[in-house]
Amino acid sequence: MKKITLFVNGIRRQVESDPDRSLLQVLREELDLTGAKYGCGEGQCGACTVLIGARARRSCVTMLSEAEGKQVTTIEGLAAEAPGATPGAGRLHPLQEAFLKAGAMQCGYCTPGMIMAGVAFLQRTSNPSDEEILRSMQGNVCRCGTYPRIVGAIREAGMVLRKDGKK
Amino acid sequence: MNDAFPGFSIEPERYELQPALSASSGLDRREFFEKFGAGILILLLLDETLVRGQESGTQTRGRFRQPLPQEIGAWLHIGEDGMVTVYTGKTEIGQNIRTSLTQVVSEELRVAPGSVRLVMADTGLTPFDAGTFGSQTTPVMAAHLRKVSAACRGVLLDKSAERLGVNRSSLTTADGQVVHAETGRRVKFGALAAGQKIVATVQGTEPVTPPAEWKIAGTSLAKVNGRDFVTGKHRYTSDLKLEKMLYGKVLRPSGFKARLASVDTAEAEKIPGVTVVRDGDFIGVAALTPELASAALKAIQAKWETEPQPSRVEIFEYLRSHSSTGRAAGAGSNTTGSVDQAFASADKKLSQTYTVAYIAHAPLEPRAALAEWKDSQLTVWTGTQRPFGVRSELAEALRIPEERVRVVVPDTGSGYGGKHTGDAAVEAARLARGAGKPVKLVWTREEEFTWAYFRPAGVIEIRSGVQRDGKITAWEFHNYNSGASAIRGLYDIANQKIEFHPSPSPLRQGSYRALAATANHFARETHMDELAVLVGLDPLEFRLRNLKDPRLRAVLEAAAKRFGWGSAKGGQGRGFGIAAGFEKGSYIATAAEVSMDAKGSVRVARAVSAFECGAVLNPDHLRNQIEGAMIQGLGGALFEAVDFADGRILNATFSKYRVPRFSDAPPLIDVVLLDRKDLPSSGAGETPIVGIAPAVGNAIFDATGMRLRSLPLAPAKLAAELYGLKQAADYTD
Repeated sequence: MKKITLFVNGIRRQVESDPDRSLLQVLREELDLTGAKYGCGEGQCGACTVLIGARARRSCVTMLSEAEGKQVTTIEGLAAEAPGATPGAGRLHPLQEAFLKAGAMQCGYCTPGMIMAGVAFLQRTSNPSDEEILRSMQGNVCRCGTYPRIVGAIREAGMVLRKDGKK
Repeated sequence: MNDAFPGFSIEPERYELQPALSASSGLDRREFFEKFGAGILILLLLDETLVRGQESGTQTRGRFRQPLPQEIGAWLHIGEDGMVTVYTGKTEIGQNIRTSLTQVVSEELRVAPGSVRLVMADTGLTPFDAGTFGSQTTPVMAAHLRKVSAACRGVLLDKSAERLGVNRSSLTTADGQVVHAETGRRVKFGALAAGQKIVATVQGTEPVTPPAEWKIAGTSLAKVNGRDFVTGKHRYTSDLKLEKMLYGKVLRPSGFKARLASVDTAEAEKIPGVTVVRDGDFIGVAALTPELASAALKAIQAKWETEPQPSRVEIFEYLRSHSSTGRAAGAGSNTTGSVDQAFASADKKLSQTYTVAYIAHAPLEPRAALAEWKDSQLTVWTGTQRPFGVRSELAEALRIPEERVRVVVPDTGSGYGGKHTGDAAVEAARLARGAGKPVKLVWTREEEFTWAYFRPAGVIEIRSGVQRDGKITAWEFHNYNSGASAIRGLYDIANQKIEFHPSPSPLRQGSYRALAATANHFARETHMDELAVLVGLDPLEFRLRNLKDPRLRAVLEAAAKRFGWGSAKGGQGRGFGIAAGFEKGSYIATAAEVSMDAKGSVRVARAVSAFECGAVLNPDHLRNQIEGAMIQGLGGALFEAVDFADGRILNATFSKYRVPRFSDAPPLIDVVLLDRKDLPSSGAGETPIVGIAPAVGNAIFDATGMRLRSLPLAPAKLAAELYGLKQAADYTD
């Protein structure tokens, strides 16, 4: 057991835990941030995706110690992360909006992981081709098969983000 | 379904059989208002004979402590704030019925969808429901809710007429208000409900709005609680927490049919914060953290006795040779005309065998349950498609009366027919009872791949005869083990013999989206393609020549048109395939284009489905279901198969069991909806999956000349064959 500090959704959090514990379990069970989901436990389905810094990480195979002192963003903190948004004001990230607009979900269980992976991708690829989206998202599984809609939502959010960036 | 074949009804799959509808909610009238608050409560009775036993008229006031009638299809409550709350035993598992059912209520009551709230799948609050399967929500539950809403609107009009002293016929409803147009007077629904405790039992005779006049139903309303899903706010079963809750783990046998020979739990019991629970052969642990529970499980020493069991390599031979005598697939005769005579005199004959593998549902949310005992009452939150069925399972397993069990189903991380049973619920309840605290149990992916049930494997044999002009005269169809759903097609064939042969399955098998309709369509539609080749006809033309059913013809023609069928020729690694089918009241035709590379890997470049399910409730959600079904169906078509040997699953992880991913989705995917507002709405969650496998298989034949008769179509095997054929065809251009 060790005291470990991390910054989750902009808030400093200290947890007393085994540093080898998976970040997913800590987020879900210690911090009650259940947006990131368990889907496979082996980093194969992407349901547990969160951001560490700007990078998308599979939190189920990430040890707590790897997040020590780092900025961790989960789906719960995304709306507040939107450019120009005030925390708690309820303005969604453009990719969250795009998911709603495209109806890019059925059961929704993969959705938080899809959105976090998509956000990380759009941060490094502002004007992606469909081919780039597919390649980047290949590690995220949607068993309901909404892939074409998710691709459409990422494309749409990319356009919105570029427009916002030019303002 | 029976309309298509008078006197011929398909029996349900063996594993779909449900106990007869019985139990009511157990609530009495006073309890209703205690639970739901003052207002107006409308109960829809399913059986009109029961209505006659009630008071005359449609209203019953203030008769507390009178038991509610059985056989209530739905109930609806209007509160003093004007909120409409609808109670239904159906579960939301991603098919977006929370939205479509909201729409029909909103439509009939003339209130905004935002004023309608659905309470779903809670045995403590909702009417009995056999389960969410069989594509019954739209044809049955939506119809019930339309009726109860229309009846409610009638009650509101009656009350308003009384209050305003006007004729009921001079009143209309709009935006949650009753409106008297002449005087402009308006009464809010909430005002009519204020201070009231009105219960009306209705039969549903009030006329409902015809689909042609729909303004809210029939439109693409977005998922009603979509925001909760994109923000992570929605809590699935696996996200729930209770105070003092422990985490559970269950000791699993070393393989199927393994018997516990000996067990030593002493080491596990020594770990602080761990309770070991034993109930007969059930052994599990409850601990303060999931990790501690895993550690405790590892500390248990168990020895198992196993027995030899059939493996994947021999499964088809096994199912075929262990099958029972064929039986008529339905109540009517399994034979029309004389197949033997027609076969003997046919110009061309064909006998072929088709197989389908066991596949897993692999819902992204594994089975999970949270169980709590309080004053000998058990509450279990769990993701299941059969909350009332799971309540019975719990009562039986824990030896308590059903009245003391409540099952609550949060909107669930999908099911596809895989969450009919209450395994995790029973396990969590046992652990919670043993530990004396609430216990949450979430199956691991490996448990989900191993201890859930599978879509049955099967062998299908077809023998057919056809005339030179393309008219099919003889058709004999035998399905071994996979099931009877859609075993009989809609083709117009005079002499037919159709049989289903159950077999003992070495793996636990059960429902899967569309059941055996996928296997039966794959075999039938592949065989149709083979016959078309045999008589030298275009596959579309050949089907149309043997098909009278106007609805199936319509989807075939619509899919062909949108696809541009016949405009390009296959070959040289590019091919086109088509398939059509009917199941659960819906009609589908799917056309696919495949391209193949030098290594024989198959890429579905384009897929078009035309679909008809009567009047469409929500076009965008219907498209979503059809697109998703095609993509999910590609998994079973191309690569999904459960690998097993001697009672063990060999590919129980996502790294070993391949499911469709982003790059597997066809780059061009298109859906044509034939919206028949003149026909009753039927379900659409299952049928759209049946066309993709045969369409792709037929397209592979078109591209390569190779006929694949097994699901999955196994591109690896195909690659080997293609490498062998490299001299004959050059696929590298």
